[in-house]
Amino acid sequence: MEPIAQCFTLARKELLLQWRTRARFGSVLVFGVTALLIFSFAVGPDSTALKAHASGYLWLALLLMSTLSLQESARLDVQNGALEALVLLPVDGRALYYAKALVNTITLGTLGTLLVPIVAVLYDASAKEGVGLLVLSVWLGAAALVAPGTLYAVLTSRARAGDVMLPLLLFPLVVPALLGSVKATEVIMLGDPMGRVYSWLGLVIAFDAIYWSLCGLLYPLLLED
Amino acid sequence: MLTARDLCKRHGAFWALRSVTIDIVGGTTTMLFGDNGAGKTTLVRLLASAASPTGGSISWFGSAEPARARIAMLSHADGHYDDLSAMEHLNMAESLLPRVGPGAPPRRSPAQLLEDVGLSARSGSLVRTYSAGMRKRLAFARLLQKNADLILLDEPYSALDPNGALLVDRLLGELHSLGRTVIVSTHQVERTAKHADNAIHLSGGRVIWTGLASDAPARVVAAEPG
Repeated sequence: MEPIAQCFTLARKELLLQWRTRARFGSVLVFGVTALLIFSFAVGPDSTALKAHASGYLWLALLLMSTLSLQESARLDVQNGALEALVLLPVDGRALYYAKALVNTITLGTLGTLLVPIVAVLYDASAKEGVGLLVLSVWLGAAALVAPGTLYAVLTSRARAGDVMLPLLLFPLVVPALLGSVKATEVIMLGDPMGRVYSWLGLVIAFDAIYWSLCGLLYPLLLED
Repeated sequence: MLTARDLCKRHGAFWALRSVTIDIVGGTTTMLFGDNGAGKTTLVRLLASAASPTGGSISWFGSAEPARARIAMLSHADGHYDDLSAMEHLNMAESLLPRVGPGAPPRRSPAQLLEDVGLSARSGSLVRTYSAGMRKRLAFARLLQKNADLILLDEPYSALDPNGALLVDRLLGELHSLGRTVIVSTHQVERTAKHADNAIHLSGGRVIWTGLASDAPARVVAAEPG
C-alpha cells in the first residue's frame, strides 16, 4: 500500500482514538484556561499590561498544553506495543509520523483556537488585524510545536522520567517558532502599522517546513530498536 | 529459510543472548524452551526483526533484509489499542497490508478471522473491556490475518483458558498443515512438542541442545530439581 494511503488510514485511526479519549482533550483545555487565569492574576488589573502580555501568555499556555497532549498521544501508541505492531505489519515509518503529526496539529490547533476567546475575555484583547489571521497564526505555531514534539514524545515515552524529558528536549528546540508565533500574534492583536506580521509568520512557516521534513525522515529511524 | 549466525544481544550490561547459531528449515515447527531469562523472548524478537542484534547476523528467506510482510509475531505485548474494537483493528490492518498477489491464497475476512478465534460475539466491543484471554485471541486473529510465511509465537498458551489452549493447539496444527514455518517459545514443552518437529533448548542466552521435539519433554524432566 502506498505510504500516502497508509497515512490516511492511520490518520483516521488517530482521529477515532482522539474522539474516544475526548475526556483527556477536555482536561487539557481546562488546564490551559486555568493557566491563563493564573497568568492574568499575576499581571493584575492593569488593562494595558494585560493586553500587552496577552500574546505571550496565550503561547505559554499552548506550550504547556502541547506537552500534555503530545505525551498522551504517544502513550496510546507505546502502551501495549501498538506502535511496534504497526511497524512490523509493516507500515511505512513516514506514514506513521505524518498521520500522528497531522492529528496532533488538529488537536493542538483546536485547543489554541478555543483559547483565543478566553484570552479576549481575560486579557481584554482583540484581533485588530483580523480574527482569521489570528487563528492562522495559532495553527501555524501549533504545527511548529507538533513537528518535533511528535518525534520527541515517542522517544521520551519509552524512557524513564519521560514526562520530564519531553519539555526539556522540546522547549529549547522550539524557541525560534515560539518567538515568531508570539510576535505574530502580538502584532495581530495590538495592530500592525509597520506590516511586520508576515515576516514573523514567515519565520514560523520556515520552521514548519524544515521540521516537518526533517522529522518525517528521522521518525522511521527512531522506530527501529 | 531462516538462519542466525553468532547472534548476540546485550541489554545494558546484561547479555541476553550469546553466540546463538540456528538454522530453521522452511515448513517446520520449531519449539524454543528454557527457564525464565534463558533468552527465548529476545531470540524471538530478533528473528521477527522487532529488535536488532548487538552482534551476529540473520538471514530471512535468503536475504539479510527482513521481509516484514512475510513475518508475523505474537509477543507478550499484544499490540492492541484499548480504545478500538476487535473489528476496527482488523479492518485497519486490512487497509494497511499489501495487496494479495495473483495466485496467492486470499486473506480471510475480518469477520471470518474473529469467528475462527471465537470473538464474533464481542467484535464491536472496545478492547479495554476484554479479558486477558480475549486480548490474546484477538492477537491470534491479527497474526492469522497477515498470512505470513514465518510465524513467531512467544508464549502462545499464556493467559488462555482450556478452550483457548485448545484453540492454540488447533492453530499450530493448521499452520503446520499449511506448510508455514513456525517458531514457538514456550514453557508448555510437553503440549507444544506434539505439534513441533524440532526443539531448541536455551539456557543463559546460549543454545545448549537441539534435537527432535519429541525428545524435549524428557530433557525438561531430567533438568527438574530433586
